[in-house]
Amino acid sequence: MTRHRWLVFSYFAALVALWEALARLGLWSPLVFPSPMAVGAYLVHALADGTLADATRVTCRRLFSGYILGLMFGAPAGLLTARFKIVQDTLGVIALGLQTLPSVCWVPLALLWFGQTETAMLFVVVMGTTWSVLIAVDAGVRNVPPIFARAARTMGSRGLHTWLKVILPAALPHVVAGMKQGWAFAWRSLMAAEIYVTILTGFGLGHLLHYGRELQAMDQVVGVMLVIILIGLLVDKLLFSPWERYLRRRWGLAL
Amino acid sequence: MICDSEEVAAKLTLQGVTKTYRAARGSVDALREVSLQITEGQFVCLVGPSGCGKTTLLNIVAGLDEPTGGNVLVDGCPIAGPGRDRMVMFQEPALFPWLNVLDNVLFGLRLKPNLGRRERREVAEFYLQLVGLQKFARADVHELSGGMKQRVALARALAPNPRVLLMDEPFAALDALTREQLYGDIQRIWKERRKTILFVTHNIREAACLGDRVLLFSAHPGQIREEFLIELPRPRDINSVHLAEHSARITRALKRHLTTETEAAA
Ligand SMILES: Nc1ncnc2c1ncn2[C@@H]1O[C@H](COP(=O)(O)OP(=O)(O)OP(=O)(O)O)[C@@H](O)[C@H]1O
Ligand SMILES: [Mg+2]
Repeated sequence: MTRHRWLVFSYFAALVALWEALARLGLWSPLVFPSPMAVGAYLVHALADGTLADATRVTCRRLFSGYILGLMFGAPAGLLTARFKIVQDTLGVIALGLQTLPSVCWVPLALLWFGQTETAMLFVVVMGTTWSVLIAVDAGVRNVPPIFARAARTMGSRGLHTWLKVILPAALPHVVAGMKQGWAFAWRSLMAAEIYVTILTGFGLGHLLHYGRELQAMDQVVGVMLVIILIGLLVDKLLFSPWERYLRRRWGLAL
Repeated sequence: MICDSEEVAAKLTLQGVTKTYRAARGSVDALREVSLQITEGQFVCLVGPSGCGKTTLLNIVAGLDEPTGGNVLVDGCPIAGPGRDRMVMFQEPALFPWLNVLDNVLFGLRLKPNLGRRERREVAEFYLQLVGLQKFARADVHELSGGMKQRVALARALAPNPRVLLMDEPFAALDALTREQLYGDIQRIWKERRKTILFVTHNIREAACLGDRVLLFSAHPGQIREEFLIELPRPRDINSVHLAEHSARITRALKRHLTTETEAAA
């Protein structure tokens, strides 16, 4: 175990060392290729004066409100499309189409409808989340082995009881996988929205990235990118992966 | 409930049950005019080649599928869909992995009216004890072996106290040793709890070991071809010599039917 940790640690240390070495070679101007030291210095500075913490808080607030709205709409809608053929052929088809639309494509429409506001940003995140969650939940319910519902029927379960006590729990691993996918889409849409929608009600990580470019501050651009990656990794490793692993094991879907 | 029918003497009656599946390439006669009477407390085994309609028949009796023609009566009353009077044990255990062992057994009991919390618990624990798994009440399904899962499925089917048990190759996926144990268990439970059992299997020896009657099925169309009465004392041992004679007799009949079928087809 410790040996494994050492290997992992050395891998990342070597990566940073390589980066530093490349920067020191001076092949490119530090304006385009900042050294890890410079990026580190920016991060320390931004942490100290609170810009990073503020931006992260603003971004996370937007992310969670949009994500939760998207789940609240997408998950029940996915159940409906799985249950009723008519919903599948109407709403389901729309969802399938809209899901293929990259979320950044919602930005122009959101700007025209809502202007440079929080609502515009929320709208983009909700649109990015909803459809993928809907489709994942729908697929999850359809993947429930029919034997579960049949077994339940022989024991006297019917209608809503079967849905609440059998189909939903049986679909749970797929629903969580859908939530994870929805999260990934929400995260991407929010970054797109923050980079394109410049508003004064809150300065998020996407804005920091955007102004880093405007100011030609490459250390800031790379530093904020690292923070964005870190948040994505943390949510995945702490929020979704343990859940997913547990469900897959208990539901007998994995070894 | 009393239904007007002359056949109340039988627990389970099938009258000309027919099932035709319509597919793109034509229709399949999964069952044609199957008639059968099973009296209360009988153990009836259904054997026959793969695809002859055994599962179809069981699902129709369970009320999970509708016959194309004919009737299924329980105590002389036509069935209307699945009911707690007929519990099914499927080929796969079909346990709910999101519930632990005890909650799986409680699932059917919770749907049964007029049962208190305490009572349900006691009943579930009683049946877990009956299949020898009382120590695993709190275990998750994925922590059980294949044989243990089938035992839980058996307890789950028995718990609502159905008069009729429908079993579709319940032991097919198990090793010989576990199976032998379960033969003992099922005979004991059948005797103690006076169930009527319809048991589907591929295994002729298994059928001879468990059944009072063994019905030989033929395929295309699915029909009952021959019936054997097994009059051996119980509990029966799968390895006994007397049993071997019976199973040899049934095997010969099965082979005879198979060859006449292939000749007829040629
Ligand atoms: N849903 C279905 N649609 C079309 N044909 C079906 C369907 N279910 C079963 N059949 C056909 O009905 C026949 C009987 O099937 P059934 O599953 O009852 O066989 P079985 O005796 O249980 O076989 P096995 O011993 O292999 O389990 C088969 O020929 C099969 O192809
Ligand atoms: Mg079958």
